[in-house]
Amino acid sequence: MNVKIAAIIMKKEMRDARRNRWFVVVSFLFALLSVSFSLFGMAGLGSLGVAGFGRTAASLLNLVLLIVPLLGLLLGSVSIVSEREQGTLMTLLAQPVTPNEIFLGKYLGSAFSIFSTVFLGFGVSAIAIAKYAGTKEIADYLMLVCFTVLLGLAFLSIAFCVSLLVRRHATAMGTAIFIWFFFIFISDLGLMGTSIVLKLTPMALFWLVVLNPAQAFKVAVVGNLQKSFEIFGAAGLYATETLGRWLSPILIVTLCLWIFLPLVLAFFYFRSRCVD
Amino acid sequence: MDPIISVKNLNKDFSHVTALSQVSFEVGVNEALALWGSNGAGKTTLLKCLLGIISFGGDIRVMNLDSRRNGKEVRRNVGYIPQEIRLHSDQSVWETACFYAAIRGVSKERSDLLLKQWGLDEARKKMVQTLSGGMKQKLALVIALLSEPPILLLDEPTSNLDTKSRLEFSEALKQLKKAGKTLIFCSHRMSEVRKTADRVLWLENGLKKMETKPDALQSL
Repeated sequence: MNVKIAAIIMKKEMRDARRNRWFVVVSFLFALLSVSFSLFGMAGLGSLGVAGFGRTAASLLNLVLLIVPLLGLLLGSVSIVSEREQGTLMTLLAQPVTPNEIFLGKYLGSAFSIFSTVFLGFGVSAIAIAKYAGTKEIADYLMLVCFTVLLGLAFLSIAFCVSLLVRRHATAMGTAIFIWFFFIFISDLGLMGTSIVLKLTPMALFWLVVLNPAQAFKVAVVGNLQKSFEIFGAAGLYATETLGRWLSPILIVTLCLWIFLPLVLAFFYFRSRCVD
Repeated sequence: MDPIISVKNLNKDFSHVTALSQVSFEVGVNEALALWGSNGAGKTTLLKCLLGIISFGGDIRVMNLDSRRNGKEVRRNVGYIPQEIRLHSDQSVWETACFYAAIRGVSKERSDLLLKQWGLDEARKKMVQTLSGGMKQKLALVIALLSEPPILLLDEPTSNLDTKSRLEFSEALKQLKKAGKTLIFCSHRMSEVRKTADRVLWLENGLKKMETKPDALQSL
């Protein structure tokens, strides 16, 4: 594995991301909304002014949950299928490169593009908050940034699987949007309905919730902001009582599994099927 | 002298279709071998096997390197021009040449030199998608020649070109052969084969039908 070649492909991928209209629009929207949320964070309390880091982190949670998975899915889902459809993957493979270098370069390029969007949005907000409201509760804000990065990578890995399994750019985009809709909206509603109909135990409900990377992210962030998981009702109480201080690490491991399992699957599939 | 390319009992199947079966041949240094045969005979598949970018059965050695195990090293010594030139359409000629130069570990100066040498200097700012077929073919040749590989594989390099560009390209191939390159090219044009090839490998339905001289091919 030649890291230099992977870096060249990574740079190309980052440049492609900057030329991807959807990615640019969603990134801009994320930056704009995160700054707005921090500037008007106190509006809910009936006053104007910049909220502190803790309150802004709480208000940014839902924005992150909507936009960051979409960023990962939009970028990753077209990354390989576009090259295959245009025939440029074959041109690239005919050079002195290995499939491993191509895959690593493409994944890292997409990942750094997501990082840049996340850090831009959070960074501009952080400057505004630090200037007007001080640095109190900055740890909560940094915790949100770290979990946001994990969330973005998890959906990027899922998107790479999509990019390898479908044959057309348009199909990849459609599948990506369906996956986003499923994990962000349908699974939540489905779980609510299922728990009522099947009378799920708190344990089953908790594990079904954290199986969804978006929900694992939400539970981890809210739990860490509130310093308690009781806000999630019976399932939260169950988790606190049975898992105790292991709950946060378990949620981090869940997100990491969502990053690595699809990524490893995509990697081996790419290696075995990249041209044949 | 050892052959620069040696192929023994090459087999390739796609699902239930046999693309190549028990194909063996050798190519000497500075030799030009034409791959002859109808569409679907296995010519393109053979080139991809030589590059080590698809799985195959049998043994292929390029400059004594095993194509299967040392594919990357093999591709460092081989320039490849596919039948349909597929380059990133949103890049300019210069960006494209520099991207592949970086991948092949050569300097931008080398890209600059080759673009001038092959008449693409004035088109360097043009986007790849706006290039004519002939210019795309030249750009593909520039990319193939970036790392000065001793071997060139060309898959029907003139099939999508007009007469003028075709003659220009055939002349370029002759020059490259004079410069010491070993060429393996697919073609359906007898004139091109007679002009450039030293030897012809005739494939039909994945099988080697015969190896012959270009003049002998015409009389068949």
